[in-house]
Amino acid sequence: MCKECGCGIVGEVGIGGTPGGQVSSPLVHGHDHNQLHDHPHPHGHDHGTPPHTLALHQAILEKNDRVAERNRGFFKAKKLLVLNLVSSPGSGKTTLVQTTAEALKGRLRVGVIVGDLATDNDAARLRSAGVPVVQITTGTVCHLEADMVAKAMSQLPLDALDMLVIENVGNLVCPATYDLGEDLRVVLLSVTEGEDKPLKYPPVFHSADVAILNKIDLTAACEFDREKALGNLRRVSHHADVFELSARTGQGMDAWCDHLVQKHAAVRQRSET
Amino acid sequence: MHEVGIMMNTLEAAEKAARSSGATCIHELRLRIGRMTGVVPEALESAFEVVRQGTLAAEARLMIETVPASCWCARCQEEFVSEDLLSECPRCHELSGELRRGLELELVSLEIS
Repeated sequence: MCKECGCGIVGEVGIGGTPGGQVSSPLVHGHDHNQLHDHPHPHGHDHGTPPHTLALHQAILEKNDRVAERNRGFFKAKKLLVLNLVSSPGSGKTTLVQTTAEALKGRLRVGVIVGDLATDNDAARLRSAGVPVVQITTGTVCHLEADMVAKAMSQLPLDALDMLVIENVGNLVCPATYDLGEDLRVVLLSVTEGEDKPLKYPPVFHSADVAILNKIDLTAACEFDREKALGNLRRVSHHADVFELSARTGQGMDAWCDHLVQKHAAVRQRSET
Repeated sequence: MHEVGIMMNTLEAAEKAARSSGATCIHELRLRIGRMTGVVPEALESAFEVVRQGTLAAEARLMIETVPASCWCARCQEEFVSEDLLSECPRCHELSGELRRGLELELVSLEIS
């Protein structure tokens, strides 16, 4: 079913190094009464009812969407600009988050929620750079869901922040389907991955508000065809603002940071109306 | 890739709806899955085999309708079916990014008793 990413095998979600216990991811088998196993029914049924059709027309991920909307309202009240950062593993999400937070010093105060299947490594890296961070270890779940974010954000000093970056699990498939309540979905593509990622994973690139081409300092070494990659991005990520940068060398970071400052100003303005 | 999670959400919603209608058995689930969701119907069926154990839908049929993607052409003021997200209007050849269909993940109906 999910042989590539292991998603769907029962695991435990941990937040900030402690087990998440009450996180009601559908893949985490805590016991609440929405669980899938059967219970006896004390109330009487008419077992002679003939089979009939019950029309529902219900979104399957309605529960996640509802929590995401609640998150969005909460973020708005806190005047936070919230990014959902998605990419393949190894595209440079954590480095980008770290350098962005450093580059924005004095302009925006940045906090981070990091999702990974396991380990606290990314959070430790960001923490040592002085960035407030909470790690969500998803166990075997290959994406973050809105209720994991809702639990994790309570561990951040949100009133002392202007921007929250949610660094999703490295995966270009599953995160596309799960709204977290973000303002901007940012998809990251590095030159080391080749030019055709947008064509191979259209849903996530199509849903992106921002597409970043990272590691551009390695363009020549990777024989990366920039024009072709940008062409593919434009075809799939029609609405996205595109930035080309190197989080490692700092090239192109100014335009990206200016964009965030502008977006944050828009969020502040919106929450005051 | 995340078909198990999606199937669990589906069954959770289906059981809730069936129970609140006083049903004790789900005979059939009908889903509509958009082609642009990245959800693979075959994987959803395999997930269903595992996830339905011990639920009201343990013996149920799963019917999946795949919804093709379609885009809106602003110039022609018409919708057109597209094979993927790289969609060129067949009439005027203008590129369109306005996806109107293809992202459905919908529990349409249940057959219950």
